[in-house]
Amino acid sequence: METTAVEYVVFALCAVIVLAGAFGVIWFRNPVQAALSLVATLFGVAVLFLNMNAQFLAAVQVIVYTGAIVVLILFVIMLLGVDVEEDLEEEPLVGQRVIALVIAAGVAGLVVAGVTLGGADLVSGARSVTGSIVDDVSNIEQIGRLLFTEYVFALEITAVLLTIAVIAAVVMSRRPSEVEPLPAENASMEPPEPMEPEAEEVFD
Amino acid sequence: MVELLWLVPALPLAGFVILVLAGRRMGEPAAGWIATLMVTASFVVSCVAFVGLVGLEDHVFVQTLFTWIPAGDFLVDIGLYLDPLSGVMILFITGISALIHLYSIGYMHGDANFSKFFIYLNLFVFSMLVLVLGDNLLLTFLGWEGVGACSYFLISFWFTKPANASAGKKAFVTNRIGDWGFLVGIFMVFFTFGSLNYSDFLPEAGGLAQTTATFIAVMLFIGAIGKSAQLPLSVWLPDAMAGPTPVSALIHAATMVTAGVYLLSRINPIIAVSADWVPMLIAWTGAITALLAATVAVAQNDIKKVLAYSTVEMLGFMFMGVGIGAYWTAIFLMVVHAFFKALLFLCAGSVIHGMHENQDMRVMGGLRVLMPVTFLAYLAGWFSLAGIPPFSGFFGKDEVLTYAFQENKALWVVGVIAAFLTAVYIGRQAFMVFFGEERWPQYIARLGTATPAMVEATAAADEAAIAAEEAADEGGFDEVDDVEFHPVPEGFRPHESPWLMTLPLVVLAVLSVVGGLLNLPFPKSMHYLEKWLEPVFEGSAVKLELSSGTIVGLLVFSTVVALIGTAFAAAVWLRGRIDARRFQPALFVNAWYYDSALSRFVAGPGTDAFESTASFDRTVIDGAVNGVGGVATRAGQALRQTQSGYVRRYALGIGIGSLLILAFMFTRVVG
Amino acid sequence: MRSIDAGYLVLAAILFSIGAFGLLVRRNPLVMLMCVELMLNAVNLTFVAFGMMLGDLAGQVTVLFVLVVAAAEVVVGLGIVVAMARRRPGATADDIRVLRG
Repeated sequence: METTAVEYVVFALCAVIVLAGAFGVIWFRNPVQAALSLVATLFGVAVLFLNMNAQFLAAVQVIVYTGAIVVLILFVIMLLGVDVEEDLEEEPLVGQRVIALVIAAGVAGLVVAGVTLGGADLVSGARSVTGSIVDDVSNIEQIGRLLFTEYVFALEITAVLLTIAVIAAVVMSRRPSEVEPLPAENASMEPPEPMEPEAEEVFD
Repeated sequence: MVELLWLVPALPLAGFVILVLAGRRMGEPAAGWIATLMVTASFVVSCVAFVGLVGLEDHVFVQTLFTWIPAGDFLVDIGLYLDPLSGVMILFITGISALIHLYSIGYMHGDANFSKFFIYLNLFVFSMLVLVLGDNLLLTFLGWEGVGACSYFLISFWFTKPANASAGKKAFVTNRIGDWGFLVGIFMVFFTFGSLNYSDFLPEAGGLAQTTATFIAVMLFIGAIGKSAQLPLSVWLPDAMAGPTPVSALIHAATMVTAGVYLLSRINPIIAVSADWVPMLIAWTGAITALLAATVAVAQNDIKKVLAYSTVEMLGFMFMGVGIGAYWTAIFLMVVHAFFKALLFLCAGSVIHGMHENQDMRVMGGLRVLMPVTFLAYLAGWFSLAGIPPFSGFFGKDEVLTYAFQENKALWVVGVIAAFLTAVYIGRQAFMVFFGEERWPQYIARLGTATPAMVEATAAADEAAIAAEEAADEGGFDEVDDVEFHPVPEGFRPHESPWLMTLPLVVLAVLSVVGGLLNLPFPKSMHYLEKWLEPVFEGSAVKLELSSGTIVGLLVFSTVVALIGTAFAAAVWLRGRIDARRFQPALFVNAWYYDSALSRFVAGPGTDAFESTASFDRTVIDGAVNGVGGVATRAGQALRQTQSGYVRRYALGIGIGSLLILAFMFTRVVG
Repeated sequence: MRSIDAGYLVLAAILFSIGAFGLLVRRNPLVMLMCVELMLNAVNLTFVAFGMMLGDLAGQVTVLFVLVVAAAEVVVGLGIVVAMARRRPGATADDIRVLRG
């Protein structure tokens, strides 16, 4: 498959957007700004999906990630009012940043080095017999067929997984009748407000 | 009927359990009666089982109760093995135990720990029965240790006196040395045969390599000399007389100390294939022990010490019998010895009882008038031990000597000398205790008057001991220094014991008289015991090939030796024709200084050696163990730092790990 | 392998590293969650890229499942954040080390 110039241009642009957004996520102290940067990254990745002829994934990426997950995160930020700026000047864990930097650089460096040194031998896996990409059939149709034939069990299991996640979210974010506040380590922390009694209890 | 065998050890065990739970509440006579009842029932069951065994074709009955230790290939059952040998053993063990239990009810009258005494006694009988009935070496070892523990408890039964407590410790420690040998022997048997069951490994012993058989035999022999008080582990038995006299009779004369002889008889196929010097070692150990013990017994003044050394001597005779391959003679002597030695001890106990807890023979004398029943019973024991026909001891000892005469003349000579000394020392004891003038009133007079108030006070004993020493210093009774004399009330006269004590004496006396019927030398058809035991010792026992004339000659000779010995004793200690002190040199009185030499050795180089061992244990062994622990502690403290609770720290760990995996993958890609 | 394919992989590696670094350095649990999303996206990118190189649709299908798992993870993660913030507003990831029981 020949690579067109458009592809290169799109890749270059998206790469810049993706990396800039990623930097934004870890750079901004305000979580709202970080979340908006994340949107940029996710959007860039969606375009890259398009660039790789994965149209269905690009759409899902936009809808699920930027449309649902990030919105959910933003919603939680607003709901809890946790958009306090984080103090990034000091790091309580000794050596955490240095080692984190080493890990990040090491992972990136090793993969880049592997890709460069590996060359053509890097991708040597066997091509799938059942799920090979056919050019004259639409991407969504192919994925749909595959999901409901080859991967039908995995699909069903994800349904179970999502159900469990929903139940877990409900259980965890339920307002308990008696809440024991975490012991305050920091004296400047405000003690949590006392819980309002449930309406039924008042009438009882 | 023989299926009831399991009841034989179970009944004393039941008695033990009952007495442990409720003995103290039952109080004085009841606890003793329960114990006696259980052992008597056990005796009855033994008789029934024995009759059943006689009815069996091959005279072997194995009863496996349950699996004790299932550990891979190592499988040990709780099983009972009844064959002619253990059959004979359980009969006389339960029988004599029952009599001694009965006797103890009278003897222990008024003791503060009356019920405890019977707890130990029942536990002992149970252990002894496990020892002889166990169908494997490990079960025998269990019984072996059980009787050892009971022996320890009972020697130091009156533990408030330091001497008794240390005598118990001495017995225990000495036995440990022997137990070491026994254990190593067990290991070796399992290593060689892969089984500890008698019925498994004894028939295969014939195919054993000579060195292996020698090793096993010597190790088990070490175990046997520890339990049976042979040289060089004989030191504990005379001291064991610190226990109550029924204990001396039951454990330290009739039953437990014969366990070594039983063990060696049991493993006779192994001894048969071991090197030639092993049986000789056994025989000579027995012979030399017998000779030395007999010489010491001549010079003892404590009525029980004489009998203790006599027991050591008789056990020496049994070892001699085992060593020369005449196993059944050892068993025969064991049985009759159990009769007459238990009898002698119980008589001694009766005398001690009558003499108000005094054991020194020099203050006795003329007691035959005051204690007629005891005297008559003692007479039977005396003639038995002295070897005067037709009493049982004569036949028992003489069979051993006859075989010794055939196998090894030197052994026979030593045996005859020991037999002569036996007649002398037991005659001496008889004359000093029951004949002659009454020496005790004289002694009390010398001691000074002891008021009744003094007698009742416990401190009085000490005062009297001091007074006795003072008296000795004045030159009155210069010989009375090693035995303490209990203060006696005014107007004291020795008295006969109650019927509870004299009844067992009478029964045992009858048995001592007729015990020889088990195996009379003539005619051949009267060799009941020999024939009965024949299958056990098949292939390893020697046959008597002497002519009848020689045997008769030997019997007559033995009789003459015994009579001369008795007459000699009468001449010295009854008529006073010769000064007795010439036959009691300090060497004999102090038991060849063996004991003191031993303690000097242990106190000097022995202690140093153990100290160095202990320091090795402290520094190297403990150091290694503590070092391992310390390493774990320090490693834990170091690793604890990683469990900080910070999620990001944990994430960092994951990151480092993935980086390492990635680096590994990278080497694969590039390489 | 085309040079643009290598470009996708390199981009994904850098994106993953940035996400990992952020996860290790930031203390706000919400931002940490976002960093996890970054890492997941980097992996998705490689899946699709490899699928394209091999002409295999399995890569895209896998990404679909990763998306579902990511959604579930965010839901549960946000639930934890909400529960945590309710007990102690303004708590960071370092503060929950006192959690017990």
